[in-house]
Amino acid sequence: MPEQVVFGMEVFLNGLMAGVLYALVALGFVLIYKASGIFNYAQGVMALFSAMTLVGVMNGQVPFSHLINAIFGTEIHHFGWHLPALAGILLTMGIMVILAWLVQKVIFKHLVNQAPIILFMATIGLAYFMEGFGDLMWGGEIKKLDVGIPQGINLWIDETTFNIFDYGFFIDNLDIFATVVAIFLVFALVAFAQYTKQGRAMRAVADDHQAALSVGVSLNFIWVMVWSLAGFVALIAGIMWGTKSGVQFSLSLIALKALPVLMLGGFTSIPGAIVGGLIIGVGEKMFEFLVGPLIGGATENWFAYVLALLFLVFRPQGLFGEKIIERV
Amino acid sequence: MLDQAEAYLTADGRQIGPVVMEMKNITLRFGGVEAIKDISFDIREGEIRAIIGPNGAGKSSMLNVISGFYVPQEGEVFYKGEPRAHMKPYEVARQGIARTFQNIALFEGMSVLDNVMTGRLIHMKANLFSQALWRGKAEHEEIANREVAEKIIDFLEIQAIRKTSVSRLPYGLKKRVELARALVAEPSLLLLDEPMAGMNVEEKEDMSRFILDVNDEFGTTIALIEHDMGVVMDLSDRVVVMDYGKKIGDGTPDEVRNNQDVIDAYLGVSHD
Amino acid sequence: MLYREAGDFKTTYREDNQTFPIKFDRYRYYAVLAVAFLLIPFLINDYWVNAIFLPFLIYSIAAIGLNILVGYCGQVSLGSGGFMAVGAYAVYKLMTAFPDVSIMIHVFLAGAITAGVGVLFGLPSLRIKGFYLAVATLAAQFFLVWIFNRVPWFYNYSASGQINAPEREFFGVAVTGANADSWATYVFCLIILTFCGIVARNLTRGAMGRKWMAIRDMDIAAEIIGVNPLNAKLSAFAISSFFIGISGALFFSVYLGAVEVGEAFGINKSFLILFMIIIGGLGSIFGSFAGAAFLVLLPVLLKNLFVAGLGWQPDLATHLEFMIVGGLIILFLVVEPHGIAQIWRLAKEKLRLWPFPH
Repeated sequence: MPEQVVFGMEVFLNGLMAGVLYALVALGFVLIYKASGIFNYAQGVMALFSAMTLVGVMNGQVPFSHLINAIFGTEIHHFGWHLPALAGILLTMGIMVILAWLVQKVIFKHLVNQAPIILFMATIGLAYFMEGFGDLMWGGEIKKLDVGIPQGINLWIDETTFNIFDYGFFIDNLDIFATVVAIFLVFALVAFAQYTKQGRAMRAVADDHQAALSVGVSLNFIWVMVWSLAGFVALIAGIMWGTKSGVQFSLSLIALKALPVLMLGGFTSIPGAIVGGLIIGVGEKMFEFLVGPLIGGATENWFAYVLALLFLVFRPQGLFGEKIIERV
Repeated sequence: MLDQAEAYLTADGRQIGPVVMEMKNITLRFGGVEAIKDISFDIREGEIRAIIGPNGAGKSSMLNVISGFYVPQEGEVFYKGEPRAHMKPYEVARQGIARTFQNIALFEGMSVLDNVMTGRLIHMKANLFSQALWRGKAEHEEIANREVAEKIIDFLEIQAIRKTSVSRLPYGLKKRVELARALVAEPSLLLLDEPMAGMNVEEKEDMSRFILDVNDEFGTTIALIEHDMGVVMDLSDRVVVMDYGKKIGDGTPDEVRNNQDVIDAYLGVSHD
Repeated sequence: MLYREAGDFKTTYREDNQTFPIKFDRYRYYAVLAVAFLLIPFLINDYWVNAIFLPFLIYSIAAIGLNILVGYCGQVSLGSGGFMAVGAYAVYKLMTAFPDVSIMIHVFLAGAITAGVGVLFGLPSLRIKGFYLAVATLAAQFFLVWIFNRVPWFYNYSASGQINAPEREFFGVAVTGANADSWATYVFCLIILTFCGIVARNLTRGAMGRKWMAIRDMDIAAEIIGVNPLNAKLSAFAISSFFIGISGALFFSVYLGAVEVGEAFGINKSFLILFMIIIGGLGSIFGSFAGAAFLVLLPVLLKNLFVAGLGWQPDLATHLEFMIVGGLIILFLVVEPHGIAQIWRLAKEKLRLWPFPH
């Protein structure tokens, strides 16, 4: 088999796994959008914030220590404890629920019935706020996150492929782990939506606020729940990306990776998010591999967007969206 | 059968003109649903033509076909003797067809005056540079069209609210502003989609008076959809009756009133 | 007591169509212009020009441009940074290719080139609406920044990949390059801003503006009353990009002098300008000025307060700034979705009735 094809296969596999991670982030968007019609630009910052919080909680950092030190001239930094990963994750989940409640209570309760684009802009504001807030709370430096996920080249795949192609594929254990977690998460979410009482209520709200309200579903509860779920998804995405490349500002930019996924898959479709994520993941890696060298490289920055844009021009409702009939 | 070309006198002695718009065998489908089934009728110059029928009869769809918003799968639309090519809604508007909407479609972020002025857009032709500098043609046009708009504003008695934001107006006034926006385009054919829906008796009377005045003073041909049978029968010269997407009656109000199919559709009929 | 329309009768439609129908407003406008042109140039120094006036003037132009697209025509764009970059690189190429032509002409040509690019990226708006469009404009943002980074022709094959503004004169006075006096750069930008402001006002109060607003408020109804959506949307994209391109050209040539595209025109710039028009007021020319002024002044004030005043670390102040800006965006959207411009309008409304509010 020619070398290029083998390399291509490796790129393809890596693209698939990158795609799963994109899908994971996109899933958080879909959850909130379906249930509340809010297109949550802050999803990426939520991932960053949750990862920062996890690191901070595990290392026993004092929140706002820099601010406190600056105001009172003290020198406090750590409580002096170290939590195990599981406890840290549980605690962070609790914080994400509180955050969800605050977001609903302070912001979106007051923006009911506003135009969707206003809600969108509010989430951009929220993203800025949380970015500053997270940095202020935990400090702006790059942090290392280690919750015990295996990392490094998967030797089994390396050996197996070497035996077949004479070339060992480099597949990171972390990516494999992330893929498994993401698949598990998708099934868990679908099961939650289909088979639990809260899930049914959530779908009812997604379908029609008024009707759901009239049969006694508490909108407030559902929205807080959905934001919490999105917070959990963000936390998982934050753990994966944070383990991979450190907890830092660029982590919030994964939101920008998820947006074209959503355009492709449709904002309301969970399968769309997954298929869209895979297409974008594979597409951008393959494009960079095949065309990138010819036109100067670093095409990953825009390829997904241009692909989604061209696709939408021909199919405005996305892959899985329904065709819109306009009425007057 | 009426003569296609000439003017003729209606039952109550009103002179109406030749055919301006003719619908020939129109069929409109949404997916598998046939909203309009093989309907033909015409609209004559200067008349008030009503389309009536129970809920879901396809009246609004019919109006949307006339205004070019929906393109029928079968059949042809003739306007002023020419078959209508596949046309965008804005091109239809430029041919002189204006309309109002069942659920008011005003521009909520603008004042009454600006809303009315949008009706003049099809008559404003100043180029970008003239507009950017507010000199020459753009300025003249702005003033000339403002005069037209003000005439209609006077006519519909909405002078007092001309600088108010539309979003602050009550329902009845919104309907009137919408009529103003359509009228100010100086259309040769005016389509009214349930102009009196949701109004109280007083507002209905006002609106009927305006419709009759428009027809009378400007000679505008009017096609309207209405639920309220009483109003329709008083206003219109000829009536088309639709039911389940089919035409079940066509003629003067008196003829329609005595048509057995129409009576069945409205009052129900025992199927035995 | 001065602020009255009573007794100030309009006898022609021409008078009624004025930008400032109330006499007091008109005089205030002339006074502001007089101070800006005749007084400020003699009072300012380098610090004031570089920290406050130039950014304010230049961002105002960008905000006016974006407001036309978002506030008047209802098409949300997150690509302003990319369009500013087009203006910057266009003016750079023009300045270096035709050194003898007046910089003023280059700046406007750069705007025109950006308008063309804007139309190109505006084409999808005919099919894509709402969020989908907002996200689609990010394609412009990322693609444009990438292309200016990767295609050496755009930066004249310079080793650093940066572009540097050579010295160019306007009526014999240097306005770009290291030797430009601060008052000259100020006046140069002020002239352009004044022109842009007047043009934007004229366009938005006339037929074009009504077309845009009709599309914004209800695109289907607009089409049915005879507005060609293609024409309306693309003209909004073109004119908006024209202004944004001019602002990008000035930002590079007059203000920064040297630019690395990812840093100067990244996505944060797009958001900054969007924030300006949200805080200032969507669909208001005055709001564009107010929003630009607010977001230019805020960081300066915070920095002076926390870093110079309280002696904090600069990064703490930056974090706080993020929080405050984000919080303000939310606050404005919740409390006053029409921004500072609406607060200003309400204040004037009160003033008209004062001191007899009933």
